[in-house]
Amino acid sequence: MQFFGGSEISPSPPVPTASGNNAHMMYIFNRNGVCLLYREWNRPLRTLDSNQDHKLMFGLLFSLKSLTAKMDPSSTEKGNLGVPQLPGQGCSFHSFRTNTYKLSFMESPSGIKIILVTHPNASDLKESLKYIYNLYVEYVVKNPLYTPGTPIRSELFNTTLDQYVRGLG
Amino acid sequence: MAPAVPRSGDAIFANVERVNAELFTLTYGAIVRQLLTDLEEVEEVNKQLDQMGYNIGIRLIDEFLAKSNVTRCVDFRETAEVIAKVGFKMFLGVTASVTNWDTEGTCCSLILDDNPLVDFVELPDTCQGLYYCNILSGVVRGALEMVSMKTKVTWVRDMLRGDDAFELQVKLLKQVPEEYPYKDDE
Repeated sequence: MQFFGGSEISPSPPVPTASGNNAHMMYIFNRNGVCLLYREWNRPLRTLDSNQDHKLMFGLLFSLKSLTAKMDPSSTEKGNLGVPQLPGQGCSFHSFRTNTYKLSFMESPSGIKIILVTHPNASDLKESLKYIYNLYVEYVVKNPLYTPGTPIRSELFNTTLDQYVRGLG
Repeated sequence: MAPAVPRSGDAIFANVERVNAELFTLTYGAIVRQLLTDLEEVEEVNKQLDQMGYNIGIRLIDEFLAKSNVTRCVDFRETAEVIAKVGFKMFLGVTASVTNWDTEGTCCSLILDDNPLVDFVELPDTCQGLYYCNILSGVVRGALEMVSMKTKVTWVRDMLRGDDAFELQVKLLKQVPEEYPYKDDE
């Protein structure tokens, strides 16, 4: 797949299996809790206004990360619950599933968190989230007009994302 | 001894888009020259190069993490190895070596045998205080800050000033863990 920058995105995207939007929503947060991007494709129920919704999502993930790290049975070193984590410590959680949706999560060491909410039968989306992170690098980070830490306003990024998500199995 | 990195810098370097080395060197030289003309003071130019490097570093880290697939580094030693072997290789095409660890493991030196920025460069007598490659110290500082490490990066040896190698000293000041950013009253 060629992008305007001419570089290869790796890993290459999974082969599209179905038409129509397969994902419900997507969030991208940075390390300071700023919601860089919120995309919605299929969301019948909205309970909070968008600011509160973003804060809720970020808070949920922050707590989940902390909790999963403290409950890790294979790790010998555990601080008290609530103590901030140093990078490199603790495990990271990948996804959780309910009877109506599946939430997949990826965090880069630089604090960029990508959350994808899909239907509950979705397969493991780790590779897809990595691909989206690559898209973020190509379209947002490398864009000289983008100020890091501010919400993303890039038509090209949105269109490419929509196209990719449409092809997710 | 730091564990082996998952993907060697060579494999990634072969896959990323590259530019002509001379174009890169000459463009950088033109930037420094223009800064010297605009700012006139060598210290100001040093600071500006560092700031430019910092702005590059905060973006570069995401590209590095996305393309190199390294896992989180367990300690600063592993971080330094990854920067020297994978990072420098991926972006400059050269590897550095890591030496001079202090007793606590928070300070080390990266030695560059080959520095593509300084090909064809000679410093005139009027610019003797100039750290020509100061952009690199800014890049390392900016990138590490985005992975929660506050560092101080300085040039210890500089071949353009008569030393025998390029030595960059990276000192870890502190690790800044992630904190919950919202206030509790919301």
